[in-house]
Amino acid sequence: MTQVAITVNGERREAEVEPRQLLVYFLRNQLGLTGTNVGCDTSSCGACTVLVDGESVKSCTVFAVQADGAEVTTIEGLAENGELHPVQQAFHEQHALQCGYCTPGFVMAAVSLLRENPSPSEEQIRHGLEGNLCRCTGYHNIVKAVQAAAEAGA
Amino acid sequence: MIPAAFEYRRAGSVDEAIELLGSDPDSKLLAGGHSLIPLLRLRFARPSLLVDVGRLEDLRYVREDGDRIAIGALTRHADLAADPLLTDRCAPLAQAAGLVGDPQVRHRGTIGGSVAHGDPASDLPTILLSLDADLVARGPGGERTIPAGEFFSGMFETALEPQDVLTEIRVPPATGTYLKFVRRAQDWATVGVAAARLDGRVQVGLTSMGATPLRARGVEEALAGGASPAEAAERAAEGTAPPSDVSGSAEYRAHLARVLVRRALEAL
Repeated sequence: MTQVAITVNGERREAEVEPRQLLVYFLRNQLGLTGTNVGCDTSSCGACTVLVDGESVKSCTVFAVQADGAEVTTIEGLAENGELHPVQQAFHEQHALQCGYCTPGFVMAAVSLLRENPSPSEEQIRHGLEGNLCRCTGYHNIVKAVQAAAEAGA
Repeated sequence: MIPAAFEYRRAGSVDEAIELLGSDPDSKLLAGGHSLIPLLRLRFARPSLLVDVGRLEDLRYVREDGDRIAIGALTRHADLAADPLLTDRCAPLAQAAGLVGDPQVRHRGTIGGSVAHGDPASDLPTILLSLDADLVARGPGGERTIPAGEFFSGMFETALEPQDVLTEIRVPPATGTYLKFVRRAQDWATVGVAAARLDGRVQVGLTSMGATPLRARGVEEALAGGASPAEAAERAAEGTAPPSDVSGSAEYRAHLARVLVRRALEAL
């Protein structure tokens, strides 16, 4: 077992982990933060996307020991004082989801994208979300939601 | 899937990593983990010791070094794609780095990890081959420089010895382009083509056309003899042995190589 200290959604969490513990299972099983979903488990679908030090990563492809000392943000950490994050609000208003399974990953990927490029073109949004799959084929409204969030200054 | 158990050690320096690699014949280096972790999860790889070099910040840089550009092995794809020096002096490498995987992969994956993995379907080895890059490795016997043309020895096989740590990649100033054909976003290249202009000559590399990244020697020879891009591109599949798999047949890949080489040469 290895000792790690990871700041998750602003709160420092210390834990013993097996080195083979993937970050997504650390978040879900050890911390009970089940908003981050496991989809394909093969680094493809992006459902498990979280932010590590502000950048999107697939938490099924990062060991918890690699995140030791880092700041991790999950979907649970976006809303502030009961107010949805502008990207969450835009997903809600633009109907950017059907079943919702991919949504936490898409929202985190979009937050990371808008941090790197606050005013992306539609093409840049589509490329910027290439790491996430939606099986309800909801891409059209997802792109609209990211555009709306960008206009709202997310 | 959960990887098999392994021992985990974090190296504080390259020398410590070399020493740790020597302590267990079944050890592997972990950098960004975006080639290794998928293999561990599928249990295609089951090392008993992982030596984590991911925190060696002094191996993350892009800088001028004489007439070449030196890149630290732990520089991430996202950093390469956005690097002003690389974009200015060696644009095809920055462009190819921006096409690796997807944004999440590019935030974690490193150039050194990608190159050391030796996957014939990955993009950066091909562009490095077309650029005549030099790869710097350090091992118990000291440092040595391996030309890219001698580095990729087989499928997932490189010239690195078990205790070697790849530390730096050196590329010349060049212009050019990297074209990648994929069936879906974030797929591995069905075929990729690098075309680089350096020192007044054009060198062409191919992804997924054999067990290693390959140079399209026939194309280069035709260009040197004055052929047009369209004429030269007809020789793109010469000397290749493309695989047939779910992404395409060998015949289809040979066709793609000819089309993409023509487009890449026309874009030079």
